[in-house]
Amino acid sequence: MLATKQVTVAVRLEAITTTLRPGEVTAICGPNGAGKSTLLACLAGLHAPTEGVVLLDGHPVATLPPLARARAIGFLPQDGAVAWDVTVETLVRLGRLPHRAGPKADAAAVRAAMAALDLEGFAARPVSALSGGERARALLARVLAGEPRWILADEPLASLDLAHQLALLARFRVLAGSGAGVVLVLHDLAQAMNHADRVLILDEGRLVADGPPETTLTPSMIGEVWGLDGHWLGESGARALAFSPAGSALTGHR
Amino acid sequence: MTLRLIPALLAALALAVPLSLLAGQVWIDPLAPAARNALPILIELRLPRAVLALLVGGGLGAAGAAMQGYLRNPLADPGLFGIAPMAALGAVLSFWTGYAAQGWLLPLFALAGGALGMALLALIAGRTGGVALFTLAGMMIASLAGALTSLAISLSPNPFALSEIVTWLMGALADRGWPDVLVALPPTLAGLLVLWRAGPALDALTLGESAARSLGVDPARLLWLMVAGVGLVVGAGVAVAGIIGFVGLVVPHLVRPFTDRRPSALLLPSALAGALLLLVADCLCRILPLAGGELRLGIALSLIGAPFFLRLLLAMRREIA
Repeated sequence: MLATKQVTVAVRLEAITTTLRPGEVTAICGPNGAGKSTLLACLAGLHAPTEGVVLLDGHPVATLPPLARARAIGFLPQDGAVAWDVTVETLVRLGRLPHRAGPKADAAAVRAAMAALDLEGFAARPVSALSGGERARALLARVLAGEPRWILADEPLASLDLAHQLALLARFRVLAGSGAGVVLVLHDLAQAMNHADRVLILDEGRLVADGPPETTLTPSMIGEVWGLDGHWLGESGARALAFSPAGSALTGHR
Repeated sequence: MTLRLIPALLAALALAVPLSLLAGQVWIDPLAPAARNALPILIELRLPRAVLALLVGGGLGAAGAAMQGYLRNPLADPGLFGIAPMAALGAVLSFWTGYAAQGWLLPLFALAGGALGMALLALIAGRTGGVALFTLAGMMIASLAGALTSLAISLSPNPFALSEIVTWLMGALADRGWPDVLVALPPTLAGLLVLWRAGPALDALTLGESAARSLGVDPARLLWLMVAGVGLVVGAGVAVAGIIGFVGLVVPHLVRPFTDRRPSALLLPSALAGALLLLVADCLCRILPLAGGELRLGIALSLIGAPFFLRLLLAMRREIA
């Protein structure tokens, strides 16, 4: 379990209390500036809350030894920076840094992570020669190579085309199926609706909804938080969000 | 490729060290070593000088590689921390006060200056561990040390001290002996060890600061390792050789294409290549005839380094264009 108790970060988050479960894909949604990335950083143990505490299996994340925390929680930042033009294999291998399992286990984990994201043919390719989608896969493979129990990703779908977005979401589903906890910051509400088991909606630092997508991402909630007059089309699992033209601008928001 | 690079550099060093011992104003014939005071020249003059070149060059090379990894910038240089100018200021003060007349006090003054620089840096930027603040603090310390050095020069008590200071600042390994090796060896080795320990954290920084922290890197600990490692190595180098520029900038660049480009994979080859570069450059300084003595090592390296730097900038401009 990864839980927050009254987690508050001055100006950004207000007394967030929630418990995330392994085996689930949880989406964190909200408008710009709602505190999504701050909450994710708190969950990852990278941002110390002003008040409150983040618990991993009952232990405060802040007091875990950094390497133990790193082995448990994999974090994929939004910017995707790679400072040096390393090869894909070298990049993925960086995910093994917190481990002391020996070269054999490291090599096996790196191979498995690259195979999971169809990167076998790219091992020797420099990062600079990758397309955007390949790069995103390589960066996620780096996280997977660490074999974390929790995978926290900040807008992993940004800058990916639709096919790559769906492929990555399918991969997150497989990871959750194998028992990992997956937490994603998502902007696309339809992706959250179709691919998350659970949605946390943040608005101006407050947790305004927490539950299954069907009950949280309701048209009235979307109207309240995003100021959009939207309604859902299609069947469960393949829904699309449509907006009525008059209400689609930010007019009438609060 | 790293595996082949390191033996190649070791082989080059194994070749260059004996050759450098033979070369100089007095050329020593290895087949008749007894002639022309060869033994004292070898043991008292050239061997300590070669050891110092290896130590200073190796330290600067590794410190440069670590700095570039830490700042995630190929243009970073160990001089950026302001520790070298502070060490130089310490040495200049030893001339200014006349203590430099006792040979062993000069390097100690320089080491003290370097240590003061490290302490200032840690005091200003140590709490946050932020890279940007750290770099700015280093630049501030460097310019302060530079200004104070200029002040000491302009207020120089006598022309003799003035010329001593100016000559020393140019950097050289001429007329150094075993006592200098004793001064430089412990801090340089300790500093190299510390930088080696920083290697994995520098690798993690490849992915940016937040990803590095998520991989278990403690930014405050890394900052301390960098200040201590770079400080010890650079302080020791300045203490025995004066300001030697460009080695820390140039060497990691020359070596990087032959490694897998991880900062930690660059540390050892950069140390070896830095040692080789300084040994060869010092040897050339010794051989090249120059009126009134020999070419100063610091000047020679800057002469080599400036065009290299220009080439680097032009290559970057092409990449941007």
